[in-house]
Amino acid sequence: MSVTFAIIAVLTVASAVAVMTLRNLVHCALSLMLTFVGLAALYLQLNAQFVGFAQILVYVGAVAILIVFAILLTRGVEPPEQKIFSSSSMGGLAVAVAVFAVLAATIGSSSVLNAVLQPASEVSVRQIGEQLMTRYVLPLEVVGLLLTAALIGAVIIAMRDEEGK
Amino acid sequence: MLGEGIIKGMAETARNFLGSYVSEDRLTTVQYPEERLPQKEAARNFPFLLFDGKDPHIGLRCVACQICEKECPPQCIYIVKSKDKKPDYVGKPQFYPSVFDIDTSVCMSCQICVEVCPFEAIKMDTEYELSTSDRFGELLLNKDKLAKPNQYYQKIHPTEAAEVNEPPAAEKAKAGAKAKAEAEAKAKAAALPKPTVPIPAAVPAGAK
Amino acid sequence: MSLDQIFVFLKQVVVGWMPLQCQPLVSAILSVAAIIGVFASLFAITTVLERKGLGRIQNRYGPNRVGPCGILQPAADGIKALIKEDLVPRAADKFVHFIAPLVLVAPVFLALAVVPVGRNMVAIDMDGGVLFFFAVGAATELAVFMAGWSSRNKYSLLGAMRAIAQMISYEVPLILSAVTVIMMVGSLSTVKIVEAQAGYTGWLPDWYVFTPWGFAGFILFMIAAMAESNRSPFDLPEGESEIIAGYYIEYSGFKFALFFLGEYIGMFAVSGLGITLFLGGWHAPFAFLDWVPSYVWFFGKLLALIAGFIWVRGTLPRLRMDQLMNFAWKFMLPMALVNLFAAGVWHFMPPGVVRWAVCAGLVFGPYALLGRALFENKNITKRVYRYAE
Repeated sequence: MSVTFAIIAVLTVASAVAVMTLRNLVHCALSLMLTFVGLAALYLQLNAQFVGFAQILVYVGAVAILIVFAILLTRGVEPPEQKIFSSSSMGGLAVAVAVFAVLAATIGSSSVLNAVLQPASEVSVRQIGEQLMTRYVLPLEVVGLLLTAALIGAVIIAMRDEEGK
Repeated sequence: MLGEGIIKGMAETARNFLGSYVSEDRLTTVQYPEERLPQKEAARNFPFLLFDGKDPHIGLRCVACQICEKECPPQCIYIVKSKDKKPDYVGKPQFYPSVFDIDTSVCMSCQICVEVCPFEAIKMDTEYELSTSDRFGELLLNKDKLAKPNQYYQKIHPTEAAEVNEPPAAEKAKAGAKAKAEAEAKAKAAALPKPTVPIPAAVPAGAK
Repeated sequence: MSLDQIFVFLKQVVVGWMPLQCQPLVSAILSVAAIIGVFASLFAITTVLERKGLGRIQNRYGPNRVGPCGILQPAADGIKALIKEDLVPRAADKFVHFIAPLVLVAPVFLALAVVPVGRNMVAIDMDGGVLFFFAVGAATELAVFMAGWSSRNKYSLLGAMRAIAQMISYEVPLILSAVTVIMMVGSLSTVKIVEAQAGYTGWLPDWYVFTPWGFAGFILFMIAAMAESNRSPFDLPEGESEIIAGYYIEYSGFKFALFFLGEYIGMFAVSGLGITLFLGGWHAPFAFLDWVPSYVWFFGKLLALIAGFIWVRGTLPRLRMDQLMNFAWKFMLPMALVNLFAAGVWHFMPPGVVRWAVCAGLVFGPYALLGRALFENKNITKRVYRYAE
């Protein structure tokens, strides 16, 4: 439990809490990006360079922009005035505490906590590339197909919107 | 082919860039307070009064006929005629303006005063650096500020001055020729034998 | 200890004076200070060079009153930016409005950390250097959105959305043309990419720009770089005569100067990456010129690329938004994919003239065909007016 890990963890959890509690929707989106950056920092601390930078590139560079565009194109610029806590917040809190208790009990009684911590090995990008091209080539192709389908679907929806007008 | 136009455009721009160091017409800036563009011949800004010779008071061509004051559209000229006459440049006693003011904040440089002056006494100046900080004092030009010598007029409008000064010379020559012709006619008439019926000498001769 | 390595030597000397515990910290601080100092002064010089260059292209002088030939103009601009009143609109989101310039400037300086400026002169030699560069570049788009949205101004928001759409569209050809080089080198580390371009074949250096796929990739990369840093002819989001200033219209004084700084440093960073990927980094163009220090070559190439940027800015008119997007998705993306394919063919063919001819044909053929297909249907004839009878 080093100091760096503590700082990054606190930052991530604090921004995640901010995502849920802030009033202004765009502020929530920005705090979500901060959470993603915190996650990327955690990956980098584990010496997983590729995953960390890919996290920033994909999540902060693309997904967050997507969320922002969705907010802007549908809601408009005024900050919405809503109550943060819904009327059934007590019931939600009870469910959250129950789930957390179950998870904590499971993890605590497993062998993960007693495992010897080894330093993470240096995984170079070359090794990731080789694994992707030999052992995991089928999932790679399936993901590519999925993304292509999403792209074509987006284009078709956009086109149909224009023709429908 | 795609990109051809861009390459041509960039070549033209490069020619402009390199040419601006060597040739004049690729760098047309005139850096104003240090250099000034020479003005065209027929440029005009505000009027000025002409005087012949060295003394602005004696040589002033204006005889205060007040035609320009009446013709000026925004009525920016203010003339007060003098009570006495003074001899002008050629010696003849003429009236003179005791006060001649032009308000340059009103003047619209239409040149009508120049066109109607019968004495070629008011012409257009090309001076444009007239900004002051005192609108009512400095922009109202009086006779002393307006009077400028004939040499200055010939310097700023050479062809116009030549045209303007020439007709008086031509007229003088014409008048001289006419006087000579009349003198010759009188001499001839005197040399002729007198007729029997006495001709009444009420017809005045051309020359006095 | 040669002239080439003098800065490395100086840094080692200074770090050696420090006690052992804070040596890594001092080393990092020295690298960071050097990067910020050098590139910020380069920014100052570039602003005055750009204005004078654009002026000469447009048949006029540039600034020539402050200092001899106007060299001290950035000092005057800096003083003006500092003493201007900092206006924040009353309805603006104060926190986001304040943070947006910082979120813009910090990642672009971060991106300069993986660009090798000379032999052994890179701030961090990372295994995934190029990926880090692109990840950090993606964070700049966030700053654009924050600036545009927090001003609560319709035009600012419009400019921000157009800017983000443009930046995302041009990121794809940018990354694809960089991926071509990564594929040929086999590593994401910038230091290794520069080392792979070290040799000389005959007269010519082994730079990737002298191969057909490298040349096409370089041009694609530079066009996408121009679009990424919102520079003319792609500066519709900040078009000075159209949407006034786009997403940073509500910023004045020093924050505006920070946006300006961020845009220019972004231009330097992506040019630096272009030099690393395609132009051989800090290598000399001819073998007999090896005695000139490596950082001189790097900055010479950087200045040449900046001059190219200024030249294109003075030449081309601004692209309209739909023309921009069409160009990115319909022309540059297919060309980048074709380029990738041509690079693969290059790798597997034996070296020689045949390889050159085949790859050049593979790159040039689709270029000519695409150009003809996309742009021949536009009937550019004389405009016909119809008047009311």
